[in-house]
Amino acid sequence: MTQVERQAWDVVVIGAGGAGLRAAIEAREQGMRCAVICKSLFGKAHTVMAEGGIAASMGNVNTGDNWQVHFRDTMRGGKFLNHWRMAELHAQEAPDRVWELETWGALFDRTPDGKISQRNFGGHEYPRLAHVGDRTGLELIRTLQQKIVSLQQEDKAETGDYEARLKVFQECTVTRVVKDAAGERVAGVFGYERESGRFFAIEAPAVVLATGGIGKSFKVTSNSWEYTGDGHALALLAGAPLINMEFVQFHPTGMVWPPSVKGILVTESVRGDGGVLRNSEGKRFMFDYIPDVFKEKYAQSEDEGDRWYEDPDHNRRPPELLPRDEVARAINSEVKAGRGSPHGGVFLDVSTRMPAEVIKRRLPSMHHQFKELADVDITAEPMEVGPTCHYVMGGVDVDPDTAAANGVPGLFAAGEVAGGMHGSNRLGGNSLSDLLVFGRRAGLHAARYAQETAAAGARPVPDDAQLDLAAAEALRPFSAEDGEAPSAEGAGERPPASPAENPYTLHQELQQTMNDLVGIIRRAGEMEDALHRLAALRVRARRAGVEGHRQFNPGWHLAIDLRNMLLVSECVARAALERTESRGGHTREDCPEMDREWRRINLVCRLTDPSAGLVAPPDPGRGQVRLERREVPPIRPDLLNLFEKDELVKYLTDEELTQ
Amino acid sequence: MSAYEAHFRVWRGDVDGGGLRDFRVEVNEGEVVLDIVHRLQATQAPDLAVRWNCKAGKCGSCSAEINGRPRLLCMTRMSVFSRDETITLTPLRAFPVVRDLVTDVSFNYAKAREVPSFVPPEGLGPGEYRMRQEDVERSQEFRKCIECFLCQDTCHVLRDFEQNKEAFAGPRFLMRVAELDMHPLDAAGESGIDRKRAAQEEHGLGYCNITKCCTEVCPEGIKITDNALIPLKERAVDRKYDPLVWLGNKIRRREQ
Repeated sequence: MTQVERQAWDVVVIGAGGAGLRAAIEAREQGMRCAVICKSLFGKAHTVMAEGGIAASMGNVNTGDNWQVHFRDTMRGGKFLNHWRMAELHAQEAPDRVWELETWGALFDRTPDGKISQRNFGGHEYPRLAHVGDRTGLELIRTLQQKIVSLQQEDKAETGDYEARLKVFQECTVTRVVKDAAGERVAGVFGYERESGRFFAIEAPAVVLATGGIGKSFKVTSNSWEYTGDGHALALLAGAPLINMEFVQFHPTGMVWPPSVKGILVTESVRGDGGVLRNSEGKRFMFDYIPDVFKEKYAQSEDEGDRWYEDPDHNRRPPELLPRDEVARAINSEVKAGRGSPHGGVFLDVSTRMPAEVIKRRLPSMHHQFKELADVDITAEPMEVGPTCHYVMGGVDVDPDTAAANGVPGLFAAGEVAGGMHGSNRLGGNSLSDLLVFGRRAGLHAARYAQETAAAGARPVPDDAQLDLAAAEALRPFSAEDGEAPSAEGAGERPPASPAENPYTLHQELQQTMNDLVGIIRRAGEMEDALHRLAALRVRARRAGVEGHRQFNPGWHLAIDLRNMLLVSECVARAALERTESRGGHTREDCPEMDREWRRINLVCRLTDPSAGLVAPPDPGRGQVRLERREVPPIRPDLLNLFEKDELVKYLTDEELTQ
Repeated sequence: MSAYEAHFRVWRGDVDGGGLRDFRVEVNEGEVVLDIVHRLQATQAPDLAVRWNCKAGKCGSCSAEINGRPRLLCMTRMSVFSRDETITLTPLRAFPVVRDLVTDVSFNYAKAREVPSFVPPEGLGPGEYRMRQEDVERSQEFRKCIECFLCQDTCHVLRDFEQNKEAFAGPRFLMRVAELDMHPLDAAGESGIDRKRAAQEEHGLGYCNITKCCTEVCPEGIKITDNALIPLKERAVDRKYDPLVWLGNKIRRREQ
């Protein structure tokens, strides 16, 4: 047995973004001892990059808002593929989760009567996003971080140890969720400290995945290095299914110039606060791209759209505020038709809507970002923007109420790594609220599960054999240069003694493949090609080798992360090839229509080989992932009644409507 | 602007020692220093250790010293240097090195724990908080902090005197005290916590002699000295005489 440091906790949370920290707070408040494991420093999680706000129907700016309206907007945004129960819980609980942050010290922007201010956003009927300028994610993370510190201060006062009940293991990566010897229940996690390279194992009956998304598998992305699909892959490897993996959100507005910042996010608040999109001919092209399902809800002329900012009750919103999938496709089409900006995007202009000082106050980090990185003064000139890979709607198949992963007792998932909540497309602002609502639920139910396990005297013990295999897997990049011989089937294109592969090169090839062949607009032939390339990359990735030693070695870390990125990329490509329609974050040029029959189907991804190449090298001819079709649960009648019949006929089949 | 080759000197090593290594590396239009570090990793030094995350100045991970000045690698454009200039990258000097450009910043997390948290007011439930925008703005400025710790690194009280670390929390965490002290609804006073006195007696506010070095390096442009530290000294003054407050007031008046 490999010598690794072992500790025992009640609940382990993987990830210290909004969902992970909220889960940890809840588990600790339930009396459980909770360990949080995160790849970066505490407080640096990807959530800090969220800009626009937290969607919650508090009704502070427009009293017409309530959870039912929020629920409706969320279902429309997801083209009715959302798990209705998650959308319902999310809309109902979001206001409480925001107000709770204030009691922990958060300082949101205010309305004139002193309440939390709320701003407009794409797809939301009323001003709904609680915000702090355009740095809402930072406020969220800092507030949760400081709440954790405050709980640690309580524990210190009581026990003399800050970390008696709640500890953050920062700069650590988990490579495996480990089960008991029977392979049934979750028993803990295996990982390494990035700083020292030392391995560790934490025994725990309950593990919450809160690892975020998968964007680093794409070349142009707003996501940071952390977004390598770790939780998605850990779940698959532990035997849990993923759903909706074909739905990847390309945010319509990423920076396009200079090349080194291509993909960095330009917040939707720019449009929420009045920014307009124009093509190279100066035309506000979004008026040409309002789809039928949204025709009655959006302005048909520039005049009406402009009046809406002052008088939203008697005018319809401008089409710049359509859901993100619609705007991203429109920008893509304009550029393709030769009406793009000089650097291959379109123009986004807020300078004509607001005076310079208002822009600087409402959009300070956008002002700063463009000035510092692109020499553009957004108070005086338009920005150039284009689509960037931003968010994955797909994720772990979970129980809506408890966030428990389907089929793996002890495993929970919340936030971007969980699937179902956003259907085929997420509305802006619904991510931060999702993190809080389902982070809390995951922490609560993980704590209860851990309590029950302890009460029954049935705490699972991690299987030593699995820990040994996990250690061997993590060390493989250091022996890659010895020319590990591929199996007979795996010999494929390269001779057995081929040299080690550079993990950075493999990563770049993967990103290019996903960007070009499984990107914003998809075609069957290209996705088949992508699957072949992914298979070849997978064989080469087994030979990814690294120089140096285990102490803070980014090349080694990347070599290990490649396993996860290749797994989730295959899920995306396979599911996208299977779904022969266009819906939300999945657009097929060869199947451009939305098909009501497909709305009833979730594509479920599972591992073909549960050992997942851990024992034998992968067979390049065979994929790692198999798909199943599963019927989506029918929407509860009282929730369906929130919609007009004329709207429902656009989404539901006749059979469903008559039931 | 076309691509060119730049001369970089990067500190490589660990707790046992190390030194500057020379690299010639390609630079393209619009790039920032972090892009160049990534190119070094991908082509010449795969195990070069560096922290980074957002690459957009929002997370505060990629702090290091560029030609001796504390900066974010992701927000420093290559165009601010001339093409023939040698660019030297070293880890933050005020903290112990872990490896290459990565330092052990645990000092900051320890200090964060010593500041008593926000105390919610009695009798106000969730959803009942009412605050005016102009009243929250002062604390909001300090909450823009991305915890890059450049202010901690540059502050000579910490940078030049290791022995001060015990008694002095540094600008970042004195600013945190100021932020809580200016929070319109913080009820610390009612629960027996005196934030002003604690700033002076427990977090070493008196060590600060308002040279404004922290403000100069803040990538968020927070006026740490003028808006957080000096007002905190003023608020503490009725409890303890501090000659620097008098001096600070003089200096500020002259600037106005």
